[in-house]
Amino acid sequence: MTRGPVTLRVDGLRTHFLTKVGVVKAVDDVSFQVGRGEVLGLVGESGSGKSVTGFSVLGLVDPPGRIVGGRILFWGHDLVALPEAEWRDLRGSKIAMIFQDPMMTLNPVLRIDTQMIEAVLAHDKVGRETARQRARDALGQVGISSPDERLRAYPHQFSGGMRQRVAIAIALLNRPDLIIADEPTTALDVTIQAQILYEVQKLCRETGTALIWITHDLSVVAGLADRICVMYAGRIVEEGGIDAVLDTPLHPYTKGLIGSVPSRNRRGVPLSQIPGMTPSLLNLPEGCAFRERCPRADEACHAMPEMTVPSVDRQVRCFHPHDEAIG
Amino acid sequence: MTAPALIALEGISKRFVKPLDLAAKIAQKLGSSVREEVVHAVDQVFLEVAEGEVVGLVGESGCGKSTLGRIVAGILEPSDGRMTYRGDDVTALEPTEAKAVALKIQMIFQDPFASLNPRMRVRDIVGEAPLVHGIVERGEIEDYLDDVLRRCGLDPNFKRRYPHQFSGGQRQRIGIARALAVKPEFIVCDEAVAALDVSIQAQVLNLFMRLREDLNLTYLFISHDLGVVEHISDRIYIMYLGRVVETAPTEELFDAPNHPYTQALLREVPRLDVRHSIFKPVSGEIPSPLDPPSGCHFHPRCPHATERCRREIPALKEIASGRFSACHLNDET
Repeated sequence: MTRGPVTLRVDGLRTHFLTKVGVVKAVDDVSFQVGRGEVLGLVGESGSGKSVTGFSVLGLVDPPGRIVGGRILFWGHDLVALPEAEWRDLRGSKIAMIFQDPMMTLNPVLRIDTQMIEAVLAHDKVGRETARQRARDALGQVGISSPDERLRAYPHQFSGGMRQRVAIAIALLNRPDLIIADEPTTALDVTIQAQILYEVQKLCRETGTALIWITHDLSVVAGLADRICVMYAGRIVEEGGIDAVLDTPLHPYTKGLIGSVPSRNRRGVPLSQIPGMTPSLLNLPEGCAFRERCPRADEACHAMPEMTVPSVDRQVRCFHPHDEAIG
Repeated sequence: MTAPALIALEGISKRFVKPLDLAAKIAQKLGSSVREEVVHAVDQVFLEVAEGEVVGLVGESGCGKSTLGRIVAGILEPSDGRMTYRGDDVTALEPTEAKAVALKIQMIFQDPFASLNPRMRVRDIVGEAPLVHGIVERGEIEDYLDDVLRRCGLDPNFKRRYPHQFSGGQRQRIGIARALAVKPEFIVCDEAVAALDVSIQAQVLNLFMRLREDLNLTYLFISHDLGVVEHISDRIYIMYLGRVVETAPTEELFDAPNHPYTQALLREVPRLDVRHSIFKPVSGEIPSPLDPPSGCHFHPRCPHATERCRREIPALKEIASGRFSACHLNDET
């Protein structure tokens, strides 16, 4: 597998929330990287720490949360120690974020053009007209017809899918090297989701923007991503190329997750469910967090498994991976 | 369909009208063109569910699937049309019989956080209805509740707890237990697993399947998630902007969708086994139900649309045994 230059490398990231009832290790020892034009799927269920990972990369973790360890290397520069002012320069220009709810990005009382021009001028010393031109181009890029008219509209005049397109257009305004998308299509209908996926895919191909796609939906990631990280209770449990991970999952959690997705060939057959529920991050079992739901767990799992590299370009955090799958 | 229909909808329509306020009424009197806003949420729908069958109802937001579900569950009155339960017209029944029918049809809602009263304990949420309707005696209620809760995968010791003490998946189980407590025959599930995590969703889907076998239940399973519907349903209805555009047994529908909308929808469902896909979306937005397109509602987005599609509403016609589709293209061959 050929991989472009590394845009972002996250190394042993730990983001903890120091709450009154205890330390919540929302992200604990997470490492991954994403290269130019590459799409990385970050998959996990609620509370797995996938969104906090995204927020950490953007420096958007609010107290009581804090990055307590690890490095976030963006083009080789560590962001963790960056002063707030420099982080501000990066955010929205070199690194952009798309949220699940586009109304989190858009101000409801300002016209789209005001918001977009503001976003350009915040990072670039250009004239208003140039900024407007760029806003118009960005709207065109995400497939919004008659952008001139649309620029003068308010967010409430758009449908959900259109709003998400505007949010993506804003993310594109300053030609970022990295986009972090946090469940951007979860609230959208299937046909609208496909439109957004189409635009995003085209952009990554054409501009070489690296993309981290955070989602709970394995099926969306299957079609879109090149690589996939599966998170569980704040840690990455498995990482690898999309085909490898989905065809021959090594970690019992990944396997369980794939088995939980209803699919064509097993109509009417009970789904192979994972027993139990996601543990509270405040009260994780000792050792492997998945231990209590895992069919393969034994004594060894009372210790925390380390990341191992069972084959080229694959990583798994498990004492008893399904390694018969890769022989 | 060999079995007789348990529930049949015949030409059901539901219109929501926003009445004019005083100012608008005066303006109208003075010759202004102000009109009442009418939403045809459900438009002339025929639907049948046989006993023991699981019927999936699929569509995107605003297509009227939830409204239809609520009509079936008796929460909303249809504006037009007839609904029969075991052959009896529900609207024409005597009050006592109508109540008996209403009890036999229960509903499970999407949001397990909003559909449970936060100030009631689980035992009251689940136990209130069977007591009121005299399904169990007061002395036997505890055993009865234990049984219902256990059936839904809940620990009976949780009876005295409040909804906020449960996770999303458990709350959905409470919702299911509440529906089952009055011994229904027919359950309307409105996006009942949409709010749950994948692994929890699988647990609840399995629970639905098991309950169906144990209690001989019939489901109308409403969802926007084709993967889920495909997994659980025997037959599927596809809705678009208030109308049923296609219906077929699940396998046939997925193997050979007939209506262009169904084709587009199926093409765009993300699947685990489809990797590195090149997305080719249908263009256009879902039109507002306030101002639906003329003729076939799908024509502005349809790649095969002709002049006729713009003028004439296509009827739902049988194209093969058990398969119906509402598309003018089927007439041409």
